[in-house]
Amino acid sequence: MEPFVSLTAVVAPYYFADVDTDRIIPHRFLRKPLSAGYRNFLFHDERLDAEGRERPDFVLNRPPYRSARILVGGRNFGCGSAREGAVYALQDRGFRAVIAPSYADFFRENCMQNGVLPVVLDESIVAAIAGQIQASPGSTVAIDLPGQVVRAPDGIRHRFEIDPSRKEQLLRGLDDIGLTLQRTAAIGAFENAYYRRVPWLRPVALRQ
Amino acid sequence: MCAAMTMFDKIWDMHVVGEREDGEQLMYVDYNVVSEGPFYAFNGLRQEGRGVRYPDKTLAMADHYAPTTGRDRGIDSVADPEARVMIEQLAVNTAWAGITRHYGLTHPQQGIMHVVPAELGMPQPGMIITGADSHTSTNGAFGACGFGLGASQVKHVLATQTIWLRKPKPMRVWVDGTLGGGVSAKDVILAIIARIGVGGGVGFALEYAGSAIRGLSMEGRMTLCNMSIEAGARMGMVAPDGKTFEHLRGRELAPQADEWAQAEKFWRSLLTDEGAQFPREARLQGDAIEPMATWGTSLDEASPVGGRIPDPGSFADPGRRGRAEKALAYMGLTPGMPIADIQVDRVFIGSCTNARLEDLRAAAKVARGRKARVPAMVVPGSMTVKRHAEEEGLHEVFLRAGFEWRDPGCSMCVSANGDRLAPGERSASTSNRNFEGRQGRGSRTHIVSPAMAAAAAVSGRLADVRDFL
Repeated sequence: MEPFVSLTAVVAPYYFADVDTDRIIPHRFLRKPLSAGYRNFLFHDERLDAEGRERPDFVLNRPPYRSARILVGGRNFGCGSAREGAVYALQDRGFRAVIAPSYADFFRENCMQNGVLPVVLDESIVAAIAGQIQASPGSTVAIDLPGQVVRAPDGIRHRFEIDPSRKEQLLRGLDDIGLTLQRTAAIGAFENAYYRRVPWLRPVALRQ
Repeated sequence: MCAAMTMFDKIWDMHVVGEREDGEQLMYVDYNVVSEGPFYAFNGLRQEGRGVRYPDKTLAMADHYAPTTGRDRGIDSVADPEARVMIEQLAVNTAWAGITRHYGLTHPQQGIMHVVPAELGMPQPGMIITGADSHTSTNGAFGACGFGLGASQVKHVLATQTIWLRKPKPMRVWVDGTLGGGVSAKDVILAIIARIGVGGGVGFALEYAGSAIRGLSMEGRMTLCNMSIEAGARMGMVAPDGKTFEHLRGRELAPQADEWAQAEKFWRSLLTDEGAQFPREARLQGDAIEPMATWGTSLDEASPVGGRIPDPGSFADPGRRGRAEKALAYMGLTPGMPIADIQVDRVFIGSCTNARLEDLRAAAKVARGRKARVPAMVVPGSMTVKRHAEEEGLHEVFLRAGFEWRDPGCSMCVSANGDRLAPGERSASTSNRNFEGRQGRGSRTHIVSPAMAAAAAVSGRLADVRDFL
C-alpha cells in the first residue's frame, strides 16, 4: 500500500448528499481484473454517454478537473453497496483523498485499506470549499496528514480528526493483516475461552 | 452488579479479542460468507502467501452472476465469458482455500448468499457474521450481528477469523401495534427508512423491537434486517424468541440434540436487559404503516402507495431537495402525481430481500386467477425455496398468470448476470436498491413488497395491493 503523507492537488467537486457506490462504479464492471484499469469505470454512466464518449459537462471531463487528485463529496458519501471497486476506481484515476462531511462506514474503511485518505470536515466547511472550487475551477487544496490540516483554496487551514492508529497506518502504508498476525497468540487465547462457552461452534481444526 | 445491557452490547463484547489505544477493536468472527465478488481477496491471499484460518467457517455461494434460465446446461448456461470466469474462479478459489461449503451453480442447495445460510441454520443468536456484501445484515433476524465488508477486510477475516472495527452505538427502532392486511415486513422497513433517512443509522447497530416486529415470521425479520444498510446502519437485529429456535432446530449447521439445551440457554441470555440505555430510539406505529413504494433514487424517497410524488421544493433540507430534483428528472416523474398512477414496464420478484417462500406465497396470492399486463419474472432465492414453492404449486399459479418462473440468483436486483432493464424502462421490484442504473443503465426502479409487485404486474401500474386481496 502506498503511504499517504501530504498532498497538494487540484480538487474536483462532486458535492451531492448520499452518493452511492453504484454511481461511483456500476456493478457490471466489478467482474474486471484490476489490470483492466478501474479508472475507466469511475462514474462510468455519468462520465460517458451511451456510445462511450465523454460528456463534456461532467465534472471530471472538464479541463480544470481532469488532473484532480482530491474529491469533495457530500454527506454519507459512498453509501449503499460495500464494493471496494469504488475505491479502486477513484485510486486508479489518481485520487488519493476525499473530503466530505461524513462517509458510509464501508467506504471509509475501504479507503483506509487502500491508502486513500477520507478527510472529515464540518458540512459548512465542505460547502465552502465546494463553493470556492466552483468560483475558481482548478484551485488546489493541500492536505497534511501528520499535522491533520487541510488548507482550503482560500488559504484558510482546517484541522481534521483521524484515529491515531489509522493515521499511522496510512503514513506507513501498512495493511491490517500484518498487524493482526502479531496478535496470533491473543486470538488463540480468545478462542480457547470462547469455544468453551459455545462449544457447538468450534471449528473442525480445534476439535479433538 | 452488572449494568443493564443491550443485546448488541452483549454480543459485541463477547467477541472482543483486543483493542487499540484509539478504540478500534479486534473482533472475532463466527462465520463469513462470500460470493463471486471478492476474488480480489483470494488473489491477495495467494500473492501474500497466506492461507485461510478456518475454511469451515466460510460459506461460498455463486449467486450474483448466476443465470436464471437454462440452468440444466450447468456452467454452459452462462453466456457472458466474464461472468463465467467469476463463477468458475469462485470454485477454484474455494478449492484452493479448502472451503468445502461452496454452493456453486449446479449445487442442489445453490442460492443467494443471504438466503441459503438461514436454510442451513448457520445464523444463530449471539454470532458475529461477516460477508462480502452489505446485505449480510440479513442474518440479524436471528439475533446475530451480521454486516458486510469490502474485499480487503474479507481477506483479513479469511486470514485471521477476526476484523478491526470501531464499535457502533446501539439504536432501537420500535414498531408497535399490528400490521394491517396487505402490509409486510418490506413496507415496515421502507417506512422506517422514510422516517429516519438513508443516513439515519450511520454509526449505529439497530435493534428492531415492538409487537409488530415480534409478529413477523423469521422470513419477515430477514427482509427487515436485510435493508438496515439502506438506513445507513451496517447491522440490524431482532431478539431471538421461540420462532428463532423453532427455525433453527434440526438444521445442519445448528447445534445438534446433545448441545441444544446449552445453546438455547446461552441464546436466551442475550436479550436486551430491562432498563438498558439506547443512545438513540425511533418509534413507529405498525397500524399506521401502509403499503409503500419508492419514487426516487434513494431509499428514503418513498411514500405510502396512496400518496403523491412530493414537491422537492417543499423539503427544508437543501441536500435532500437537490437530491430529489435530480432523482425526479432521472425517474421521469413530476411532483403531485399520484404514486398509484405510475405505469411500469416490467416486474421483478426476487433478491436477498424478498425471494423466500413467504414472499412468493404473498405474490402468488395476488397473481392467482389474474393475468400479468407487463412482463414479470419470479426468481426464487434458492434451489430449496424453488423446490418448496413447486411442491405447493406456486410456480403453476405464476405461470398461469403469465409470470416467468426462473432459477435462483441475485438476478435483476443488481443485473450482474444480464437480467436487466433497457434504458428508460421502469420496474416495480422487490429488491433493495432504487439507485441510478442499478437494474441496468438508465433503469428506473420502484421498490415495493412482493404482493405490491404482483399487483403491479397484473395492473401495469403501482396499484394498491389491498384492492386485490
